[in-house]
Amino acid sequence: MSDNNPESDTPAGNAAKPAGSAKQRTARRRFIRSSLLTGGIVGLALLGYLPVARASRTRLRPPGALDEKDFLASCIKCGQCVQVCPVQAIKLGDLTDGYGIGVPHIDAREQACDFSCDAGQCILACPTGALTYIKPDFLPVRPGAHLARLPILKAKEKDPEPTLNLKERMGLARLAQPQICLAAQGKGFKGQARGAGFKGTMRYMDVDRWKPIPVADHPYERELCDLCVTECPIKDAIRLKFVDNGDGVKRAVPEVLEQCVGCGVCEMICPVEAGGMAAIVVDERKTWEA
Amino acid sequence: MKSFKEKLLVMLGREPQKPAAYSPEAEQIHKLKRLNKADFEAMKQHTREHQLLQHKWRNRRWAVLIAVNLLFVVSFWLDIQMLEGALTASRFVGFHLIDLNSALQVMLAHKHIIVNLLIGTATVFFLWVLLGGRTFCSWVCPYHLMAEWFEALHLKLVEKKWVTDHEFHRGTRTVFWVLFSLLAIVTGYTVFETLSPTGILSRALIYGPSLALAWVFLLLLFEVFYSRRAWCRYVCPIGLTYGMVGTVSPLRIVYRLDKCFHEGDCRKVCLVPHVLDVVIKGRAEEAVMSIGPDCTRCGLCVDTCPSGALTYGVKGLDKLL
Repeated sequence: MSDNNPESDTPAGNAAKPAGSAKQRTARRRFIRSSLLTGGIVGLALLGYLPVARASRTRLRPPGALDEKDFLASCIKCGQCVQVCPVQAIKLGDLTDGYGIGVPHIDAREQACDFSCDAGQCILACPTGALTYIKPDFLPVRPGAHLARLPILKAKEKDPEPTLNLKERMGLARLAQPQICLAAQGKGFKGQARGAGFKGTMRYMDVDRWKPIPVADHPYERELCDLCVTECPIKDAIRLKFVDNGDGVKRAVPEVLEQCVGCGVCEMICPVEAGGMAAIVVDERKTWEA
Repeated sequence: MKSFKEKLLVMLGREPQKPAAYSPEAEQIHKLKRLNKADFEAMKQHTREHQLLQHKWRNRRWAVLIAVNLLFVVSFWLDIQMLEGALTASRFVGFHLIDLNSALQVMLAHKHIIVNLLIGTATVFFLWVLLGGRTFCSWVCPYHLMAEWFEALHLKLVEKKWVTDHEFHRGTRTVFWVLFSLLAIVTGYTVFETLSPTGILSRALIYGPSLALAWVFLLLLFEVFYSRRAWCRYVCPIGLTYGMVGTVSPLRIVYRLDKCFHEGDCRKVCLVPHVLDVVIKGRAEEAVMSIGPDCTRCGLCVDTCPSGALTYGVKGLDKLL
């Protein structure tokens, strides 16, 4: 190629310019540019793995979600689940979620899933089976994720079919900060659970079965705070246990039971928090250990 | 008639080839154009003087594009439930619609296909077979519209010689298509969706702005200052997926050799000028030709052509009418 270079008229130019005709050089430059573009875009796309790899970015997923890896793979990022949720609990991931971009999650403290749709409308809306009632056989169920029996929805306990078609839990509630828990301190609670400015909504059966209202519009008055227990939408998922620490005083403490599905209502309704964290929280994807 | 294979190869990145032979009719038109040069020039002048500057198809297309995207938005915001979801997957009055490239990514990554996914994908496939494949790009994709507006800025800067257009090899898009498919299979993640400006913009319109819009803006800047329409031309696998659907579509742009003065205005406005290779003098092997599958049926060439050599056409239907 070097002996066929009509473009170079001076020896200096010959030395500076790469070999080949003008056309060849253009083609070569274009090839290099194209390779860089390919590498750059694919490299950027692969960066999306970093947030996924960091466990701290795990999110509480809507009910019926497949295991995290399968969930990210099967979700088509359309947000139809967002649109059907009566309490707008579902939010979509952003670029900072990497491969989780456009994938639905729930921030329980802001707005938990209270199953006020009665059936898991998000599961019905999902076009790809990322949220599903029936998990395909080839996908394993993690030990402790399976619910021993279908959860009974307190709201429709008197209906002929009181259960929620949910076979695996979303996560598991945990009393993270017993030192601030009002019940554990023997304290009651009076007023709006989360203050006047709280935007979260919930269904109250004594108000309207089909129309969730703002939590701020439904003040409470309790001798002993038991909001996490009474507001839990699932039957037999949490109770107050009375324990004696040896001083002869019986103290109440919320105890999470095996029927807990991890919806996060207890985390949303908990009136106290320290360090930006409620006394009771939901650990996403956590399984039951007997 | 350019073979199916030839058109497909051009879409995948090959340079269009000069024809080996002409049909008798085309041969005669080419010959006449050469013989009566003075007449030809006079006619060209005449047509130029009487040219109507119009944006008929562009305006219609923008109206449709905005209407479709707006329908998504109001379906959610006003809860009228006409078109629920986003461009990646949605339900039109209850019927599943699933973007072919998003469906492909999910199927390859998840390796399990449920009935609703199949129904939605098949529906959209037949829809775009009827409507032209890449018609999706220019008539629906919100990034296309943004890119069109930023392209105008790019062209202004080029005119002032402040920037130049850096071309990439068109085959790069094919490489991307293969790479993103392989990545979905191997990693088990829908890798492409992370960067897809179509999905990002569609979701941002419906569910509110996101940080990901910054990435879309960067892409637009790249197109303004470095390479004209780079994402649509050289990267986007969605375009290639719909392009493949377009290979069997009856709706396409039709070229009439006898009406053409070979001035090349159409190629200047075209997103994919290689499909208009036939309008170059001596390249058309037939008197009437349909433009290749990579064409987005945007109609800019139809608006631009001063002599009506390029029109919309429906295969089969044209003969009937």
